[in-house]
Amino acid sequence: MTADGHGTAGGGVAGAAAPVTRIRPGAPVWAIPWREMWSYRDLFAILIRRDLTVVYKQSILGPLWFVLQPLLTTVVFTVVFGRLAKMSTDQVPPFLFYMSGTVLWNFFAGCLNSVAVSLATNAYLFSKVYFPRLLLPAALVATQFVHLLLNVVIFAGVSAFSMWRGAPVRPTAELAWLPLLALQCGVVGMGVGLGLASLTVKYRDMRLALPFLSQLWMFATPVVYPVSLVSGGPWWNVAILALNPMAGPVDRFRSMCLGTAPMSGALYAAGLAVGLVVFAVGLLLFNKVQRTFVDTI
Amino acid sequence: MADPVIRVRGLSKAYRLGVISRQTLVDEFRYWRHRARGRDPRRHMGRVDARGRAPMEPEGLFWALRDVSFEVDAGEVVGIVGSNGAGKSTLLKILSRITEPTSGEAVLRGRVRSLLEVGTGFHPDLTGRENIYLNGAIMGMTRREIAGRFDRIVAFSEIERFIDTPVKRYSSGMYVRLAFAVAAHLEPEIFVIDEVLAVGDVSFQEKCLGKIGEIVHAGRTVLFVSHNMGAIRKLCSRALWLDGGTVRQAGDTQEVIEAYLARLASREGEYRPDPAEAAAAGPVALRRVTLLDARGGRCASFGSDARAAIEIEYDVRESTAQTRVGLRVVSEDSTVVWTSVDTDPDGRGTVRRPGRYVARCELPVGLLAGGRYHVGVFADRRLGRELLFESLNALSFAVHVVSGVGSVSGEARLGLVRVACPWTTEAA
Repeated sequence: MTADGHGTAGGGVAGAAAPVTRIRPGAPVWAIPWREMWSYRDLFAILIRRDLTVVYKQSILGPLWFVLQPLLTTVVFTVVFGRLAKMSTDQVPPFLFYMSGTVLWNFFAGCLNSVAVSLATNAYLFSKVYFPRLLLPAALVATQFVHLLLNVVIFAGVSAFSMWRGAPVRPTAELAWLPLLALQCGVVGMGVGLGLASLTVKYRDMRLALPFLSQLWMFATPVVYPVSLVSGGPWWNVAILALNPMAGPVDRFRSMCLGTAPMSGALYAAGLAVGLVVFAVGLLLFNKVQRTFVDTI
Repeated sequence: MADPVIRVRGLSKAYRLGVISRQTLVDEFRYWRHRARGRDPRRHMGRVDARGRAPMEPEGLFWALRDVSFEVDAGEVVGIVGSNGAGKSTLLKILSRITEPTSGEAVLRGRVRSLLEVGTGFHPDLTGRENIYLNGAIMGMTRREIAGRFDRIVAFSEIERFIDTPVKRYSSGMYVRLAFAVAAHLEPEIFVIDEVLAVGDVSFQEKCLGKIGEIVHAGRTVLFVSHNMGAIRKLCSRALWLDGGTVRQAGDTQEVIEAYLARLASREGEYRPDPAEAAAAGPVALRRVTLLDARGGRCASFGSDARAAIEIEYDVRESTAQTRVGLRVVSEDSTVVWTSVDTDPDGRGTVRRPGRYVARCELPVGLLAGGRYHVGVFADRRLGRELLFESLNALSFAVHVVSGVGSVSGEARLGLVRVACPWTTEAA
């Protein structure tokens, strides 16, 4: 589906020449309607508001869930991996260690999971009305950003409390990079999600594989263990670190907040490159599938 | 006027049909394993679905639209008519950009809004106010545009008091009124409207029709699909008749509607498949299905106590074993009332030599309750494991209750069948 370069199908500005919509098959996969998406920016904002409002309205605990969820996850991790498995936390208090791992990981997993089912769950909407389809997954990622913000605030509170109690952690000035780090996670999560969403159109059992995939991925990422545990290991351990676009951000977040030793810049750069490729592939795949996917569902 | 506002050229849309769907990775794997062993995957992976559709349909394409071309000038209101499956919805979906055409092109000059449904995207947990913004934005309005029309939308919907109540607490009438109110205030330059008038109570429908008339008279360009010939006659200056995916006739509304209605009447009580469809069929091809009244004449309805029969004419091209021809009578709400095959009572198939056959099935007298029914016909072999042809909705007919059970006028007896059950009552 294409609006050619000269026209937008969206809200034309009053006074401008009438927008022209050209409908013809076979637009190249890289023809992503950026301009048109811009004209739908109000819908983008409203979709984010809808998702946030609905979450707050639906549950009895409302926004409290967002505070409880990361804390409870951390408690579980602390008990299972810290107390029972006695895994190393690089001399960092276990609670802070696990919580620092889950902040960005939960954000990433949230993006991945919501985007991956976005075509299937909104199929009905997409078969009744047109708007740039990419807008919906983008709004889902933006919604996750809001949750992330809350998680960061909670984490900051817990950290401050621990430091006041004398925990040996030292936040570094690198914390200023946090927005970029979050952006990287969002981009990777959205990219993988878009790719999976496109595949779900053809293979419905993809949805069943999704929880398994994200779980597996979490264990391949230094969320519940420090990088030092694997970076000195056999070559394939290092290879997984280098190829995993989430290893870098999760590790870097921990080092900038708690002052642990970060993984090498080369490993980080490799993960970043993989992440960008994954995003590009996911985006193009989605752009190809979205044009006619309503025919197959 | 310079360029037409809507220009459609050679628009076609094909859907893939009958391909073994590989909907899961597991299916994909099985498909390739069968291919690798040199077997036809269709033979091994076929399933019979709930509607009794069997797996051996030939792979191929179904053209929902074929080479459709037309132009609409600014301010014209064009009605699109045609029977179910003629391609109307597909055309609207393409012009609304919901799906892409297979070939051809459409150019629309001006802001397009399409209304295939009212209330798309309404969320039950959000209030009326929030849903107006959400739905308006989904339909392509900006926040400012919605804010500017908000009061008019609320006034039109007549639900001022409940505007801050979640819509899940609305009655269905309130819901529809709010949904239509948003749609009625889209104010586009080109409006593509599917049959959305059949909503709400009669007085609200009148109001909707009036509003659409207003939109029409405001000089907007409108494409309007409806089965309501009265509405088309009233609103449209031109009409387009789609038949089998192609434009059968276009021009003056009155002429097109007359031709269309004449064609509908000529087909009452009889169905003949497309010649192309019949030519593409396998060893057994359907030629004709006819509903006959007690005197053997073609009819579209019959009295509950009258005899009626269905004739199925078909060609056998190659001798086939275990073959049978059957029909299904289906109620308006898609419940299958019964299925019957020509080899009943045991239902096993028989050998059919090449040639032309006419099968005749007498309908049971007095069984069906009053109402409309559809007839699907099919031929299969090996007890339905292999479908030779199927026409799910070949005919429809009406039954009028004139005597017997439930025939007292004014009584609406529930149930698909009318059965005279023996009753006894004793004082206890």
